[in-house]
Amino acid sequence: MSRTIFEKSRKGRKAYRLPVNDCPAEGLDLPIERVSPLGLPEVGEQEIVRHYVELAAKNYHIDKGMYPLGSCTMKYNPLVDEELARLEGFTGIHPGQDPDDVQGALQLMYELERALSEICGMSAFTLQPAAGAHGELTGMMIARDYFRSRGEPRKRVIVPDSAHGTNPASVTICGFEPKTIPSNDRGLIDPEVLEREVNEETSVLMLTLPNTLGLFEREIARISEIVHSAGALIYMDGANMNALLGIVRPGDIGVDIMHVNLHKTFSTPHGGGGPGSGPVGVAARLADFLPVPRVALEDGRYILSERSEKSIGRVHSYFGNFNVFVKAYAYIRTLGASGLEEVARNAILNANYLMKRLEKTYDLRYEGPCMHEFVLSGSNLKKYGVRTTDIAKRLLDYGLHAPTVYFPLIVEEALMIEPVETESREALDHFAGIMERIAVEAKEHPELLAEAPRNTPVRRLDEAEAARNPDLCWPLER
Amino acid sequence: MSYVQNTDDDRKSMLKAVGASSIEELLEPIGRELRPRKPIDLEGPMSESEVSSLLESLAGRNRPATKLSSFLGGGIYDRHIPATVRYVLSRSEFYTSYTPYQAEVSQGTLQAIYEYQSLICRLTGMEVANASMYDGATALAEAILMAHGIKRGGRILVPRTIPPRAREVLGGYMSGRGIEIEEIPFGESGTIDPGRLEEMLSGGAAAVVMAQPNYFGLIEPAEEISKVVRGAKALLVSYVDPLSLALLTPPGGYGADIAVGEGQSLGNPQNFGGPLLGFMATRRDLMRRMPGRLISGTVDLDGKRGYVMTLQTREQHIRREKATSNICTNEGLCALAAAVYLSSLGESGFREAALQSMAKSHTLYGMLDGLPGFELPFGKNFFQEFVVRTKGSAGDFLAGARSRGILAGLELDRAFPELGGDAILVAVTEKRTRAELEAYRDLARGWR
Repeated sequence: MSRTIFEKSRKGRKAYRLPVNDCPAEGLDLPIERVSPLGLPEVGEQEIVRHYVELAAKNYHIDKGMYPLGSCTMKYNPLVDEELARLEGFTGIHPGQDPDDVQGALQLMYELERALSEICGMSAFTLQPAAGAHGELTGMMIARDYFRSRGEPRKRVIVPDSAHGTNPASVTICGFEPKTIPSNDRGLIDPEVLEREVNEETSVLMLTLPNTLGLFEREIARISEIVHSAGALIYMDGANMNALLGIVRPGDIGVDIMHVNLHKTFSTPHGGGGPGSGPVGVAARLADFLPVPRVALEDGRYILSERSEKSIGRVHSYFGNFNVFVKAYAYIRTLGASGLEEVARNAILNANYLMKRLEKTYDLRYEGPCMHEFVLSGSNLKKYGVRTTDIAKRLLDYGLHAPTVYFPLIVEEALMIEPVETESREALDHFAGIMERIAVEAKEHPELLAEAPRNTPVRRLDEAEAARNPDLCWPLER
Repeated sequence: MSYVQNTDDDRKSMLKAVGASSIEELLEPIGRELRPRKPIDLEGPMSESEVSSLLESLAGRNRPATKLSSFLGGGIYDRHIPATVRYVLSRSEFYTSYTPYQAEVSQGTLQAIYEYQSLICRLTGMEVANASMYDGATALAEAILMAHGIKRGGRILVPRTIPPRAREVLGGYMSGRGIEIEEIPFGESGTIDPGRLEEMLSGGAAAVVMAQPNYFGLIEPAEEISKVVRGAKALLVSYVDPLSLALLTPPGGYGADIAVGEGQSLGNPQNFGGPLLGFMATRRDLMRRMPGRLISGTVDLDGKRGYVMTLQTREQHIRREKATSNICTNEGLCALAAAVYLSSLGESGFREAALQSMAKSHTLYGMLDGLPGFELPFGKNFFQEFVVRTKGSAGDFLAGARSRGILAGLELDRAFPELGGDAILVAVTEKRTRAELEAYRDLARGWR
């Protein structure tokens, strides 16, 4: 247990060195209202450093080991991208500066938008959304305003039951009603079911491609025809775009709106939960609806254009998570088209390799070949009193991270595994070996799983108590 | 040039294990006709040194505000960032970790964010804070949706003097739910007139927003506004500048129900406006209505203290379409930066940074006061930022200043045409020196 920074506070200690104020407050008649203490900690600089180094040691992270988290695409974050994003020419610019003083930044954004458009086969991209779910929201706003502009008050958005939970939530916030359709026994959208649901009330089909079972929608051409012939649009959740780089351009196969996650596919770090970035791309007829400002090139000069009567407006205070763009841009330039295709192909091979090995030990509900990820079920170990969460916790004991568990919801005791392209064959073998060992333990020593983890900074935590009586703030006096 | 480690030999043996002759065979579910007709067209691949040169040259085509004399604000400020913040943020244990879904191996992130929440509570005087949101504008939008949900509908009154970009973001967020925003005008003093607000509230409302200080930098009569809002049984949402809370009454002190704001200035670089840090805090009895991730203290099986994400039943991955919000991430690293910043400056340093900003901005105000052709329309009731009417056009003045390495302010004409085309917003942080203020004064004094 690490004491909190508040417990380490001692009155009078300091970790800052501000300049002496050369504009004294005396005689200025300043409008000061608050004189009582704020309750901020008082700690020396060395103690601050030790505090965070102590906390850092309790984190699992990619530089330590593999993250087989399905749909999260936890790939290696290249060091050079981090270094470049820390250049003062990027970090030190204010968003209100004159465009002539930020031509490099605008050029980078312009070229990143173009590169994403080319990779995805879309007409144009906005970089404003700060995360994937924010991209979904932006995409739904574009759809909403598109149908409004046509005088068609279509209310319904169709979402497959395998979708990410953010999908129906984003739909609702935009004033649409989600309609869930079941997957068929192969884990895919059933065109006949879809055809029955699609009508003049339908605005959008929101699909994830490959879907959250790691499967490519084989009937995508027919799906596209059904949706478009009813005058509706296809939104693609691009969380799984890592599988498609250079292999499928969503715009080519009928996708009208999509988002990508720079923090997944384009290797920018997750930062323990953000900042991410969720750029949104659209087909040509929707480009006018993109948020403003748009970066444009006029007479060799980059400008920020606010012109667009149809635009949905802004979804972010400024231009989105610029510092994340820098890393993604460096990554795309480093890889080029051939490198990106290599990413997808190796991600797919890694996933199939791991799936082939683990399907002997765990239940595979949907036949492959898979794309970049696959979903196993731990239900074959239930007979030993073991649940998927126990498998996940036991993995932590072996110094690994767990896969995504209990998602997608349509697979009982789901273990969703995405090994990503940067992991080597040995890393995959190591992970598979531990998964196999855990299955043996489940049978012979189930208590090892029930009591796991034992080798972590803390053991299983009482989440029920936290939910009943949340402790969200260290009290002022304790 | 990818970061793939496997070799052709690895791939060969892996394909053998899979029972496929080639990777192409694994792509069988994707119909041939769906594949691109020509390869994608991108620059690259590039070596590490080439990509470094390319990005260094792009960075070199920017003139960073941090290298100039910057008086730009409007929510994003040029503040001193202690070395402790950069050090902690450069540790890959933090920046390459994932969302703390496996709490037992994420205690570092979880405790740091718990401490961040606690620090935000102390600044705002509120009881609970979430783990952060995308930026100040979206945090405000989420706060309004939250208030609207709690009151089951009703009018939303928002001052004209919130940041203009937040105003635009609200438009998009509210339109889907059919929520109408009504604008509270500013009076001659540049702030809300509580009497006028009371009249507007005679028709009832779900929530009233106030910005403290407002976009013009001015300090609103928070107590009086709060009294009027409470009288109308509406919820009060206060959009605050976190640094100002060292010197101004916090939202919890005047009875606000939800406090939100932009936290970039808490240890985060300007970064051309992103990533930013939206913060949100509220009363404990409203905590289950608050959107966003929450970290709670708890105990493990041995009774040892630890931290978990909590109240996830409010969130989208469980509630789906019934969730409080669609938000799935927080701005984890930016919140971490804020925690390290607040802990490094501590009680006295944070207050000192705020006091210096206020004293320096008032000093510059005094230097400009009375200069022929320059007007200060709203007086001295401001925290660290004030409106100036420039001599001649604002655009010309700003361009002239720029050529001397001074970023003299932000133009206000597009968002506030009623101020006249010559109004700018001038911010002074603790980083500015008296010599820089004098250079600003000399520029203004000699201006045409």
